[in-house]
Amino acid sequence: MTPLARKRLNKIALNTAGVLVFLFAVFPVYWMVSTSFKANDQIFTTDFIPFPTHFTFEHVGKVLTDGVAGNSIWVYMRNSAIVALGTVLIGSAFALLAATAVARFRFKGRTSFLITLLIVQMIPTEALLIPLFLNVRRMGLYDNLLGLIVIQVGLTLPFGIWMLRTFVAAVPKSLEEAAWIDGASRFTTFWKVLFPLVAPGLVATSIFSFITAWNDLIFALVLMKDTTGYTMPVALQFFFGQRGTDWGAIMATSTLMTLPVIAFFLLVQRRMVSGLVAGAVKG
Amino acid sequence: MANTSTLAPRGGGNTSAPGRRRHTSHKRARGSGLPPRAIPYVLLIPGILVILGLLLYPMIQMVIMSFQSISLRVIRGVAEPEWVGLENYTKLLDNDIFWSSLRNTIVFAAVTVALTLILGTAVGALLNRLSKRMSTFVIIGIMSAWAVPPVAQGTIWRWLFDAEAGIINWALNLLPDGLSTLLFGRADWTGQPWLNDAWSVYVVLILTVVWASFPFVAVSVLAGLRGIPAELYEAARVDGATPWRTFRKITFPLLKPVFAVLTILSIIWDFKVLSQLYVLLNGPTNREAFNLSLFSFAEAFKAPPKMGTGAAIAVVLTIILLIVTAFYTRQMVKQEDLT
Repeated sequence: MTPLARKRLNKIALNTAGVLVFLFAVFPVYWMVSTSFKANDQIFTTDFIPFPTHFTFEHVGKVLTDGVAGNSIWVYMRNSAIVALGTVLIGSAFALLAATAVARFRFKGRTSFLITLLIVQMIPTEALLIPLFLNVRRMGLYDNLLGLIVIQVGLTLPFGIWMLRTFVAAVPKSLEEAAWIDGASRFTTFWKVLFPLVAPGLVATSIFSFITAWNDLIFALVLMKDTTGYTMPVALQFFFGQRGTDWGAIMATSTLMTLPVIAFFLLVQRRMVSGLVAGAVKG
Repeated sequence: MANTSTLAPRGGGNTSAPGRRRHTSHKRARGSGLPPRAIPYVLLIPGILVILGLLLYPMIQMVIMSFQSISLRVIRGVAEPEWVGLENYTKLLDNDIFWSSLRNTIVFAAVTVALTLILGTAVGALLNRLSKRMSTFVIIGIMSAWAVPPVAQGTIWRWLFDAEAGIINWALNLLPDGLSTLLFGRADWTGQPWLNDAWSVYVVLILTVVWASFPFVAVSVLAGLRGIPAELYEAARVDGATPWRTFRKITFPLLKPVFAVLTILSIIWDFKVLSQLYVLLNGPTNREAFNLSLFSFAEAFKAPPKMGTGAAIAVVLTIILLIVTAFYTRQMVKQEDLT
């Protein structure tokens, strides 16, 4: 074989492998989305129906109008959004303050704080479910979305600080010093100089927290009692509880829950990865 | 490249030399009435309160609760918990479900971590050799798998492995009967109920979790590979090194920190997988298929609630995780410029 032919063959092999990896990753997602647009006779069949030939909005429509467990799906969407946004707002503010402290100052206890951050991320958060459940009850925040927000802030903060501190450290100190020399206060410096430069990092950590809070099943399952307080992952479990599994509705709901997250991920994909690797550990 | 630029400064990235800042801290900062020495502590207050109150204190509570019996009256707040010493733990040792959960947890994590890392590294190396357009295409595809919420992951794979209308049984039926019999000892897969039996549930769970987590490994490895200077490979090629030797002598040593992080992350994630298993099993039903997380959850929250036992299981899980990850944590503390 000539070197050129071998090179071409090599390229074909690599691209084929790439396409296979792509299909392995995407097919299950595609199958979820396509099932939600298939008519029931195309869902419950032993045949392979690659795409919905009887395209229908029946399931999506049913989920959007009828909802599940006596509530509209929007109630659960709204709850999920409240918890995720609340977690992001409180968590990001706290994380930025702490990240600034560890990235910008040398102080007594700094190393111990960083090591504590590393260690608390080793604790399986699910293991804290029982004490957190009892504490939330004692605080009177049981069956209250605020309780869920508080918990999610706790679960996402160590990672948020760890990730954000590399972004703060990457902003040149000289920029802030120049602002001080120009007579700006520490607060103005922070707000006008550091904050805009750290903003991309803040977006990445925020999206991480948003997704963690959005995806949570177990804490929401345990902490919310009334169905009007359920989040999307909890509500989804209701479809399985009924007689005969309505796969069209389940896949439509899963799609509704998944697509915003995929959109977010693709938007900030590069930063997420560098942040995750630099941030080293997730809780 | 954004990926590599933040990877690079790990450790050496903190350029703020302590000596240089000293002279600015003589004067009081304008606009804030705080002495400069107090500023970092003030900034840390909210974070420390959250970590103490929501992570460390509950951690201690969990250990204490594992020595207690917690009745419904305690949960309602009208009675005090009762001390039972080591009873929760000794009962666990006698419980078959505990041992099967422990085995499920460890075997699942070992297999899944290994498969995720191998597949992820292979795909990362593949991405590095693809053209820019092709690699972007594949990255977008694998990122969408990674982004799927765990609950939806469980749902999707439960549907793919559905006994009646699942695509997996359909695909297995496509195999020539002879081959299928040779490989699996059976030719007909119609109605195969994958999610009834603990063993096959774990086959599905492993697939689910590997599918959702290899993309992160692949993209991280790719970021690492792109950070390795091309000259090193040039030199190796001039010296006539084999690809395997090049990998062992150049790629692996330089990517070691990345692999360390990826391994520890995978261990942490895979030891406590809960949502996906919860969905595949349709709640805490099939006790033979429990892992420690789900067992702890079921003990604590299924009637009658046994929170003390649940806490004891959580303690066991935490100890295993801390032991497994202690070595890597030490490595990481050394690598990161913490001091």
